[in-house]
Amino acid sequence: MPSLLPHDLCHERNASPAPGNPVPVIPNNVSDKILLLPHTHTHKSLIVSSSKQLLAVYPENSLLCRSSCLVGSASCVFSPGPIWEELRATDKQQFRPGAGRIGQREDELKVPRFVGPLGTIIIKCKDFRIIQLDIPGMEECLNIASSIEALSTLDSITLMYPFFYRPMFEVIEDGWHSFLPEQEFELYSSAISEWRLSYVNKEFSVCPSYPPAVIVPKAIDDDALRKVATFRHGGRFPVLSYYHKKNGMVIMRSGQPLTGTNGRRCKEDEKLINATLRAGKRGYIIDTRPLNIAQQARAKGGGFEQEAHYPQWRRIHKSIDRYHILQESLIKLVESCNDQTQNMDRWLSKLEASNWLTHIKEILTTACLAAQCLDREGASILIHGTEGTDSTLQVTSLAQIILEPRSRTIRGFEALIEREWLQAGHPFQQRCAQSAYCNSKQKWESPVFLLFLDCVWQILRQFPCSFEFNENFLIMLFEHAYASQFGTFLGNNESERCKLKLQQKTMSLWSWVNRPSELSKFTNPLFEANNLVIWPSVAPQSLQLWEGIFLRWNRSSKYLDEAYEEMVNIIEYNKELQAKVNLLRRQLAELETEDGVQESP
Amino acid sequence: MEHIRTTKVEQVKLLDRFSTSNKSLTGTLYLTATHLLFIDAHQKETWILHHHIASVEKLALTTSGCPLVIQCKNFRTVHFIVPRERDCHDIYNSLLQLSKQAKYEDLYAFSYNPKQNDAERLRGWELIDLAEEYKRMGVPNSNWQLSDANREYKICETYPRELYVPRIASKPIIVGSSKFRSKGRFPVLSYYHQSKEAAICRCSQPLSGFSARCLEDEHLLQAISKANPANRYMYVMDTRPRHRVQSWWATQKDIGRIIVRISSKIWNDEKIRESDEKKRLNAMANRAAGKGYENEDNYSNIRFQFVGIENIHVMRSSLQKLLEVNGTKGLSVNDFYSGLESSGWLRHIKAVMDAAIFLAKAIAAESASVLVHCSDGWDRTSQVCSLGSLLLDPYYRTIRGFMVLIEKDWISFGHKFSERCGHLDGDPKEVSPVFTQFLECVWHLTEQFPQAFEFNEAFLLQIHEHIHSCQFGNFIGNCQKEREELKLKEKTYSLWPFLLDDQKKYLNPLYSSQSQKSAVLEPNTVSFNFKFWRNMYHQFDRTLHPRQSVFNIIMNMNEQNKQLEKDIKDLESAGLLLVGSQVRRP
Repeated sequence: MPSLLPHDLCHERNASPAPGNPVPVIPNNVSDKILLLPHTHTHKSLIVSSSKQLLAVYPENSLLCRSSCLVGSASCVFSPGPIWEELRATDKQQFRPGAGRIGQREDELKVPRFVGPLGTIIIKCKDFRIIQLDIPGMEECLNIASSIEALSTLDSITLMYPFFYRPMFEVIEDGWHSFLPEQEFELYSSAISEWRLSYVNKEFSVCPSYPPAVIVPKAIDDDALRKVATFRHGGRFPVLSYYHKKNGMVIMRSGQPLTGTNGRRCKEDEKLINATLRAGKRGYIIDTRPLNIAQQARAKGGGFEQEAHYPQWRRIHKSIDRYHILQESLIKLVESCNDQTQNMDRWLSKLEASNWLTHIKEILTTACLAAQCLDREGASILIHGTEGTDSTLQVTSLAQIILEPRSRTIRGFEALIEREWLQAGHPFQQRCAQSAYCNSKQKWESPVFLLFLDCVWQILRQFPCSFEFNENFLIMLFEHAYASQFGTFLGNNESERCKLKLQQKTMSLWSWVNRPSELSKFTNPLFEANNLVIWPSVAPQSLQLWEGIFLRWNRSSKYLDEAYEEMVNIIEYNKELQAKVNLLRRQLAELETEDGVQESP
Repeated sequence: MEHIRTTKVEQVKLLDRFSTSNKSLTGTLYLTATHLLFIDAHQKETWILHHHIASVEKLALTTSGCPLVIQCKNFRTVHFIVPRERDCHDIYNSLLQLSKQAKYEDLYAFSYNPKQNDAERLRGWELIDLAEEYKRMGVPNSNWQLSDANREYKICETYPRELYVPRIASKPIIVGSSKFRSKGRFPVLSYYHQSKEAAICRCSQPLSGFSARCLEDEHLLQAISKANPANRYMYVMDTRPRHRVQSWWATQKDIGRIIVRISSKIWNDEKIRESDEKKRLNAMANRAAGKGYENEDNYSNIRFQFVGIENIHVMRSSLQKLLEVNGTKGLSVNDFYSGLESSGWLRHIKAVMDAAIFLAKAIAAESASVLVHCSDGWDRTSQVCSLGSLLLDPYYRTIRGFMVLIEKDWISFGHKFSERCGHLDGDPKEVSPVFTQFLECVWHLTEQFPQAFEFNEAFLLQIHEHIHSCQFGNFIGNCQKEREELKLKEKTYSLWPFLLDDQKKYLNPLYSSQSQKSAVLEPNTVSFNFKFWRNMYHQFDRTLHPRQSVFNIIMNMNEQNKQLEKDIKDLESAGLLLVGSQVRRP
């Protein structure tokens, strides 16, 4: 089989993720060549007769790895030409050939049950879906398998799908320019007297994981920033993350201070941090690590702020887990969600053992604490863990969800992700390289962003009317963070993205999302702007497993989807009726005045 | 009231149950003949009905006063701090007396007066008519008839007067069978599926003499199977776990009526153990009977099924454990889930649900009649029969239908509400949350099928409230005979008309009578579908709930839509009138 390069395969229909698990059933037909058997027991097996149908039965929500396999099958089993034509004619297909990543691919060859050898390929996707392809013909099966293997483990980022993707939609607004730091800073107009936009990192020389423009206290000049950068992990000097308009208090974030074992200190760092406090005010430093871990970090040159050197600041330690602990948690959780046969006791004990909801609780608790310091205590805060690229961002961004109504709108949430995750240097490329089916214990993979989205979902569930977006929006972001035709989540920081020239070579996710036709799918029909601070409950009884993500492929959501539609209908109908009543009232009033005019003479 | 020594205590603190910072409200505590009332500084009132009080506890004196912890049957827990110990002691003693009445006549229902006259009261009681209900199902018919055998409660005291049995079952057969069954609860019709011609029947366990055999009972079972022209096979479902009834099982073998033939896939994992056990028990039974083999003719048309729901004592302690866990302050996620697991509560809920699904499948897929029983046939049997009917018949998913279902399978067939809910000061070992489990199963169904039910969660919670409140007569007493003796229909009011009057509150705005109209519900019982019912077990702990309720918004919007539709009509006709008058005017 000829090896397929991604650019041969760039025939793209509009990608349109939708919720649920719509698996149209095609009647069984034994003469067909490809059997597609969803791995779960809840669905009947699907048999499809051509690659067109194979694509057609594919549920719309697929991650790249899936389509890679389709590429293989289409090219080796069927003649590609006319099929592509037909594909273009069919609407609403999710077909994303190209460079995806499969969590773990498993090839099994089975003894055939009927004539001819039958190969089975099990594909485990990064969105937790498992599909099984039964392919007649051993050789074909092996070819397909090796194609999938090759396409899903590309070495170079530039071979990945976003670099070959050609949008079929009209770009109304270029997402690469939707959330510029300058615009974001202007939103903080009331802060302008105390803060400034610094371009000290213009060449990414001061901090490789920071964007070129950052917001810092006005009183601190760029030279001082350079000095502070040498005192903070990864050069991540304290920058403004959030300005609380209500009382002028702020959230700052940074990397850990490099105090080391001999208690190194940095006058500029102390000055910078103190410069953010108003006279007589105290602040809190929230270290996302427990005290003992922070102490251990000193041996490696890291550490934490000594209270003696920062007398106006109180340090609080929390314990948000990192890296492989979170990854293992995700692996365990997904494994147990995929097991349909376990009894109740086993399910509950595995759910507990996965610790996923414990992580959720811990992150939310810390975010609430940060928000509380700001809003209730009227104190500014500095948040960091070790690098300041993971748990730190979870806390700063969730605190904003709690405090800032704008971050609960679609645009505001996009801006939040752009600011607090992408520009703040969360290493998406490393963290999202593999998902729940990965067995290789690489240190870098971790569902940090998924945990953040899960926390947002928990708050959304508790305040279902306070968010402009719905659950589908969060699911969509999860999918695109792990595999996407858009360049937005490629690379680990702004510096890498610049080098890759993503703005020139790829399409931004926001360009696609922010079109009215897409936005309508992600809009929460219940949204009513709520200008209050929203305090979520973090009691275990209030937290729930995010079924939309974790049980999505394991059960039918037909009835729930229908109920959701009905709810939307009621809301739409209500709007319609209100409009009609208003119209009639107006007309009646007009008639009455006419009447009055006629009568008066 | 002789039990009340102190009627009012000031400066009482009400602690927030879950707040870690010991938040509290200060207010005044009042003790009335029926309620404990707390009014806080914001004039917010908390009413606690004495009958709802499950336990009162006086904790050790603290510097701020004497703590009084009250646990309620509706899962409210309140923690007061009374400044003076003597007041606390008085209230404590009064509550102990008031919450545990010795006589039915002292229950709230006998003094509750909603200002209705006797005719209204009677109409209220006649709202639900079970004879109507059997007519709706299609009985009596050519195969089933009304039996007058129990008209005077002579055969079975805990059954209703009116019972439906197979037409070919004669009175001697019924009488004979009733003598063979525990408490005389012989097999009778619970639900008739008109289009499948299959029936759900219920009874109690056979009295297990070691070599006992009752021909009349066998005849009655044959009659039930013959009353179903669609399928001559029938199931006998024993809702108890197999290990608890092994001795009885042996007896069944002995009389040679039962064969194990598991057809449904959900029982696959049990199959192997089953066959081994069958051999062993067969041998045992045969030895006891002195027979070498069983006569296949005797049992060939009956399939026997155990479904493994635990008894009332297991359920009681399970709930107790659950409440202990979720009442913990500062509970961690892990403690919550390990507590949920070790309580076994959701496992029990799943067992009830699985049993009901088995029942519904037998009827819907195989058109087979099913006889359900447990020990006495008033706890697990009621759960399974009512839930099975609910899965099969959309009528029971309406507000009125659900009331009928409760009247039929629970009240009339003698679920011992007064004992299970502990209405009177009685044996604490008789108390068990059997009905609560039924409501929880229904709730799980509403979660999986959000459009299939006319009623909402509030309806279930309200019914749960009133099985314990003793404010209405419906749930007082343990069987119909007892209720008649108490003259409940003359002295108390029925709950149902009050719920119907308030119907608006209980409507599910997403209900669609079309979409799942005739459909049999097929719930998914993979473990992850079962969730902790926070709105039941924490219904008074507002801090744990979502701060905005989608449900309420949609419900209000639905109401508003109706009003708007009316407004539009009014406006349109007003407009027409106006136009008309203008046209007429020259």
